[in-house]
Amino acid sequence: MSWLTRIRPRLTGFLGRRETPDNLWHKCRACNAMVYTKEFDENLGVCPKCEFHERIGPKERFAQVFDGGVHTRLEIPAVPEDPLGFRDQKKYTDRIKAARTATSEPEAMAVATGKIGGVDAVVAVQNFAFMGGSMGLAVGEAFLTGAMAAVKARAPFIIFTAAGGARMQEGILSLMQMPRTTVAVAELREAGLPYIVVMTDPTTGGVTASYAMLGDIQIAEPGALIGFAGQRVIENTIREKLPEGFQRAEYLLEHGMLDMVVPRKDLHATLARLVELLMRQRVAA
Amino acid sequence: MTTYLDFEKPLAEAAARAAELRATGTPAGEKAAAKLDARADKAAAALYAKLTPWQRTQVARHPERPHFKDYVAALITEFTPLSGDRGFAEDAAIIGGMGRFNGRSVMVIGHEKGADTASRVKHNFGMGRPEGYRKAIRLMELAGRFGLPVITLVDTAGAYPGAEGEARGQAEAIARATQASLDLPVPMIAAIVGEGMSGGAIGLAAANRIVMFENAVYAVISPEGCASILWRGDDKAASRAAEAAEAMKLTAADLLKLGVIDRIVAEPGGAHRAPAEAIANLGAALATELAGLEGQSPAELRAGRRAKFLAMGRLI
Ligand SMILES: [Zn+2]
Repeated sequence: MSWLTRIRPRLTGFLGRRETPDNLWHKCRACNAMVYTKEFDENLGVCPKCEFHERIGPKERFAQVFDGGVHTRLEIPAVPEDPLGFRDQKKYTDRIKAARTATSEPEAMAVATGKIGGVDAVVAVQNFAFMGGSMGLAVGEAFLTGAMAAVKARAPFIIFTAAGGARMQEGILSLMQMPRTTVAVAELREAGLPYIVVMTDPTTGGVTASYAMLGDIQIAEPGALIGFAGQRVIENTIREKLPEGFQRAEYLLEHGMLDMVVPRKDLHATLARLVELLMRQRVAA
Repeated sequence: MTTYLDFEKPLAEAAARAAELRATGTPAGEKAAAKLDARADKAAAALYAKLTPWQRTQVARHPERPHFKDYVAALITEFTPLSGDRGFAEDAAIIGGMGRFNGRSVMVIGHEKGADTASRVKHNFGMGRPEGYRKAIRLMELAGRFGLPVITLVDTAGAYPGAEGEARGQAEAIARATQASLDLPVPMIAAIVGEGMSGGAIGLAAANRIVMFENAVYAVISPEGCASILWRGDDKAASRAAEAAEAMKLTAADLLKLGVIDRIVAEPGGAHRAPAEAIANLGAALATELAGLEGQSPAELRAGRRAKFLAMGRLI
């Protein structure tokens, strides 16, 4: 998987689409406004009309979050593929292949190193476009790789979460990623390194109930859906309609589950200040 | 009134026939009934020797299966329940307390499903809320400070999917419970005694050693839930649970092979049919596992627990 490593940083035009008439325009999922794709991309994947934060993948996130977009991807050790020999309507291996083709990413979590505000940092990005960001062996291994790289480099570990939950097709082994990633968080704690979680839309299920809720600092993007149980499941259980804004980032902030909700345009500066305060404890007054 | 599962129909019929024979009140009727009982026992043993994963799921959920209180009553002396998360409430879905196991002070924590309508409602069918997991954390930390080994009994269809639990941080509570388990300076043994479903189970199961009843099930989601997600759009999605159960590898035998559990505890004929034997077997398994961890330092126990989970799934 050598193509994973050392991807050249791309400073501009990070979505890299060719400007055919089809993708010249971007239609906002929230307000239906048509905006130039170029303008939408330059606005970091946020609708300039209504501030809706569209989901973005690792490529865009790394370009936005590291200083000047400069970063180096880490190679993720291979894991057993399709450990249960799982098949539902399709073969699991076919689903993985399709996700790889669709996203040009090997799995649902990517890890890179670079600088944020001049401080070395390791950043992991979960990719909702890859099988709903679901957590299986590969995601667990990517998380472990990132955390261990942070421990080795004495750098903070920052994760952008996005997942529907566990990778059903890996059964119990997906559930085991909850304690496995929690072990990695323990290693970061013992090394005295910051672990910062940025929850993006959506972060639910077993991901929320493990590494996504264990940050030293908990941040979320505006409007992100964050929760444990799915809304349909909850509605069926309590037989009530859920209130507007339930399980949204702002709701979690109000209920004490987050430190802050930060718009995408301010994330780089916020992260830079947090890692600077935590990592450079003494500077000239 | 015994509850028979769908696949136990021949056993139900035999029991009904034996009851009829006994109702005659004659020595001949009694003799025939006894003979029938013996045949039914043999048939049950044969049936239970080769259950499908879906049938095991039903056995794991059997209403007459022993629960937390039965295990504690039989295996723990001086059991002293402890209540409350000190923040919001007492959650009776997850109960815990101190007691003695073979003379040794231990902390026991687990899901309680309840045994009849009133107690099932009281215990919320073993579906924990954030407070239950926060109480578990509190008890684990207490056990850690006083050097008490922690035994957990896992038996839940999942954490309760309610709106209020979400508001109070259901996910965070489970994540912290897993974290507290992994940090424990004392031995921790988890026993999957019935259903071990999803995050609601793992919050109490990140242990040094994990034992599991042969008819218990342990999975990331219920077979029904798995089927409804993966066979979405299929008009027979609801009836795909058996297929999903097969594919998910949720039985003790499968999980031992995958390295997720360490030991299978026998329950001949199903724990609901012979509870005393099953409970005694669990006691023996817990004793063996605890003995195996004896003498390890807090650092060794922690490191061992972490290494165990890190290794999981890497070599299959
Ligand atoms: Zn918009």
